[in-house]
Amino acid sequence: MATRSWASTNVKASLVSVIILALFLTGWHLAVGGTGPTTKMDPEYAKLMGITATQGKSAMPGPMDVAAKLWEHLRDPFYDRGTNDKGLGIQLAYSVARVALGYLLAVLVAIPVGFLIGMSPLMSRALDPFIQILKPISPLAWMPLALYTIKDSGISAIFVIFICSLWPMLLNTAFGVSSVRREWINVAKTLELGPARTAFRVILPAAAPTIFTGMRISIGIAWLVIVAAEMLVGGTGIGYFVWNEWNNLSITNVIIAILTIGVVGMILDQGMARLQRMVAYAD
Amino acid sequence: MRTPFISVQGLKKSFPEPNGKGALTVFEDVWFGVEKGEFACIIGHSGCGKSTILNVLAGLDEATDGVIVVNNQHVMGPSLDRAVIFQGHALMPWLTALGNVELAVSSRHKEWTKAQVRDHAMRYLDLVHLTGSENKKPQQLSGGMKQRVGIARALSLEPQILLMDEPFSALDALTRGSLQDEVISIRAKTRQTTFMITHDVDEAMLLADKILLMTNGPNASVAEIVENTLPKDRSRIDLHKHPNYYPLRNHLIDFLVTRSKELRGVAPVGSEARRNPPIVRPALGGTTHAVAAAHQEQTREADGAALPPGRVSAA
Repeated sequence: MATRSWASTNVKASLVSVIILALFLTGWHLAVGGTGPTTKMDPEYAKLMGITATQGKSAMPGPMDVAAKLWEHLRDPFYDRGTNDKGLGIQLAYSVARVALGYLLAVLVAIPVGFLIGMSPLMSRALDPFIQILKPISPLAWMPLALYTIKDSGISAIFVIFICSLWPMLLNTAFGVSSVRREWINVAKTLELGPARTAFRVILPAAAPTIFTGMRISIGIAWLVIVAAEMLVGGTGIGYFVWNEWNNLSITNVIIAILTIGVVGMILDQGMARLQRMVAYAD
Repeated sequence: MRTPFISVQGLKKSFPEPNGKGALTVFEDVWFGVEKGEFACIIGHSGCGKSTILNVLAGLDEATDGVIVVNNQHVMGPSLDRAVIFQGHALMPWLTALGNVELAVSSRHKEWTKAQVRDHAMRYLDLVHLTGSENKKPQQLSGGMKQRVGIARALSLEPQILLMDEPFSALDALTRGSLQDEVISIRAKTRQTTFMITHDVDEAMLLADKILLMTNGPNASVAEIVENTLPKDRSRIDLHKHPNYYPLRNHLIDFLVTRSKELRGVAPVGSEARRNPPIVRPALGGTTHAVAAAHQEQTREADGAALPPGRVSAA
């Protein structure tokens, strides 16, 4: 009985989702569709004015235009026809690679340092003022400094990802480690586990769900920031693609990029959610 | 004078007052001893510092003053020879029942192979009748089964002393009863030296050879040592039929209800009554008071033939 009502809720929800999508697409289609010839004008003049004026059609592409263009992109995602004309897949690969690098560097720093802060009240208090000041800084504010010191726009973007992914992981690791139950620590002590085995066999698994929550927040923020960072540094990546297509006045490609950013962000988040479930424990 | 196996000498715990002036003394000048193979139990109201005494004995807490000597060595920190059964089972929820016991075994015997560790852990899970549930995570086990894993984990260390901090207080009456039976049968095999905290008078009477009565805190102390006058082979079923049952029970209840309050601070710090608290044997036909020193000689003779503690004889 319980499973049946659950299944039927799922089916109903999917149905509602489909209806909402259909309504949205229809609304979009109607909103940008032409109203037919508006005013009679000289054909030469009409040619200059384009369909926006002559047919009452919006410059905004309709869902069919976007779908057609998207199909074109999906058919050949990895083409490379020079600096400003690379396939969507290549651009995404650049962005994902930058995020992965910056994020992994942040993991390597945040988890050990978070462990230290969580274990040592002294270090926690000593590092607290730095964290409090550095944490609220918009990651993009670091960009000029990064460009000046690193002198490489690609690495600067990676640095920006590093700095924005650092804080949630650092704070969550410190919190997870410091709030490991007293009794588990006591068990470790009475079993004479020693510092290394206590860290890896007791504290790490106990804090893992909290650490992974931080890692999930971080990957989300990193994916938000990479688009802005790539708009600034230019060259490659999905952020650069959005800005380049805006300069080309290709709203269709801008919309496709927006959609792709959303899908990739969702995949990253769901991947982390899966890892989070693997380390979760019920108490 | 000979020191007992566990010797608590002039133990004191105080905390600084929150306002920074003075200190709150939970207990002071606490003296008592536990012999090898003996089951000692401590009873007192909340706030008298029973748990602190146990934690100092476990090496998890430090006393403000005084020392504990176990087997002629000062207690300086935690040791595998003093295993603790915690009030809340304190199992690692990410490990299976077997994994929890194996963690303890592998720490005791670092040189053992995985198979050896596993066999040893399984033997102790079997001892507490958990064979078949070894691969379950703690959340899949009932409260009583979790505490059984806790007992198996502590016993698998084959410690010199077993410390139990109100081990069954979180369980329902039926489960508590069956676990008490378990402890009795394990003790019959191992003659494990045990120190337990409880609130439950009946539990103390069933399990303990010796019951330490603590006055109310702050400034608590051991007021009396009550010897269990019930037969050694007692069981839950016929316990209350013994003629000494009610004299003993009444004595303990009377202490908890009225005398724990009245006796607070009666024996001054540093007095003989603190060093050697009076020993009481409540029995039908009148309670006898004994001299502490004479008692110690007696127990030494009685325990001469005891089995080495902490070993399970032929599992």
